[in-house]
Amino acid sequence: MRKKAISRILALVVPVLLSLNSQAFATSVQGESPVTGSAVEAIHAAPSTVAAPAAEAAAGHAEVAAAHGEAAHGEEKPGDLIMHHILDSHTFVFEPFGEVHLPHLEIAGFDISITKHVVMLWIAAILLIIIASAAGAAAKKMSAKDAPKGVANLLESLVDFIANDVARPNIGHGYERFMPYLLSVFFFILLCNLLGLIPYSATATGNINVTLTLSIFTFIVTQFSAFKAQGVKGYLQHLTAGTHWALWIIMVPIEVLGQFTKPFALTIRLFANMTAGHIIILSLFFISFILKSYIVAVAVSIPFAIFIYLLELFVAFLQAYVFTMLSALFIGLATAHSDGHDGHELEASGHH
Amino acid sequence: MLTSGIILLEGGLLNPNPGLIFWTALTFLIVLIILRKTAWGPIVSMLEERAKGIQSAIDRAHTAKDEAEAILKKNRETLAMADAEADKIIREAKEVADKVRNELTEKAQEESRKMIASAKDEIEQEKRRALDVLRNEVADMAVKGAEKIIRTTLDAEKQKAVVNDMIKEMASSRN
Repeated sequence: MRKKAISRILALVVPVLLSLNSQAFATSVQGESPVTGSAVEAIHAAPSTVAAPAAEAAAGHAEVAAAHGEAAHGEEKPGDLIMHHILDSHTFVFEPFGEVHLPHLEIAGFDISITKHVVMLWIAAILLIIIASAAGAAAKKMSAKDAPKGVANLLESLVDFIANDVARPNIGHGYERFMPYLLSVFFFILLCNLLGLIPYSATATGNINVTLTLSIFTFIVTQFSAFKAQGVKGYLQHLTAGTHWALWIIMVPIEVLGQFTKPFALTIRLFANMTAGHIIILSLFFISFILKSYIVAVAVSIPFAIFIYLLELFVAFLQAYVFTMLSALFIGLATAHSDGHDGHELEASGHH
Repeated sequence: MLTSGIILLEGGLLNPNPGLIFWTALTFLIVLIILRKTAWGPIVSMLEERAKGIQSAIDRAHTAKDEAEAILKKNRETLAMADAEADKIIREAKEVADKVRNELTEKAQEESRKMIASAKDEIEQEKRRALDVLRNEVADMAVKGAEKIIRTTLDAEKQKAVVNDMIKEMASSRN
């Protein structure tokens, strides 16, 4: 049984491998670089059509190729194209139809241009405001007896999930104050993640600047709530981790560093997860272009890319949840630190 | 491949971009401020209200159940009490009836006994009277007979002895 399966796989793989240099499966002529580029380029529109005009492809990618200094070779590397998709840029490329150039802005020496990711952030923000406000209006009108329905119902179940399964267990008493922040972060990240899965769009949360900013918000909320809950004295005591004063020279830097590793972890986790999925999908497509084979495209690239795409849908929810959950956890650690090493004073002062 | 790894590092994945940071912060803050008012406040308060409503409904259901159970218990007690009462009443009635019956039968027996006794007395008296009458009659008849005999036949003394004997015989046979 197993032997049969292996022989079948071999029967599939061997022609694929043989087609590597076969002219029958390849579309381009060896050595004519612009056409090869167009074949690779066509992935933007649809991975299975390999007949995009070479002129358009060359126009669309002149900028990227120049930026990476690869233009000298005359042939674009798949890596460049992947990076072009992942990275922020000033143009929105709708491949066969054309492209939209976004304005450059500069204020006080800072480049605050409206880039692709900024546009995606705005789309996410507008969508979120429309959907959530509609749900909020529905919630306002609703009495306690009415059953929820429609968008309000969907949003409500997620809000309830964030409230009762994320905020309450992690923050505990007084979690209601942080609910607006946690809910906004969750839905904003979720929408950015999901919008990134739509063709022609970009994943704003796959940009480290975006995730960094979001985790800085968590950091600020965490630090402020820690100050508010423990006071300056309690906050500084917390930095010593309740150890003997002789150990402070070691403990204080570690604890201070610990404050910054949390948002750093948040930043990298979200950024890397969102970027990795897209790189995997694009890489799977490029396998078929590198090997110049239809068989690889049909048998490997497309099925695997669909699988990764579905996984990405799950990851979009998962990472939004993880970011929110960890934010709640950090806030909880900062505010209600009564079960840790320095909990005795708090217990004595009737905190719990 | 090594080249693609180098491209990933060179490509600016980790490049800082102050403009994007600025726009992200601004966008997120606006979203936070707007949604805090229009969405999260109403939704969270509505959820809390509903949770409270459900809790109160559960509480009310519990109290209603307790009340129903109490009423049921009370009903059962009342029923049991009524049963006991009915039993008692029946028993008492039976006792009373028994008593009355016994009394009545006793009375009747007494009455009948009395009646029998009085009847016996009467009979005795009547008998005695009848005997007396009979005795007098017999004596008269005897005297008359004797008169006849005396007149016709024998002397008086012999006659007297005969009469006495007769009387004695009668007296002894009376009882």
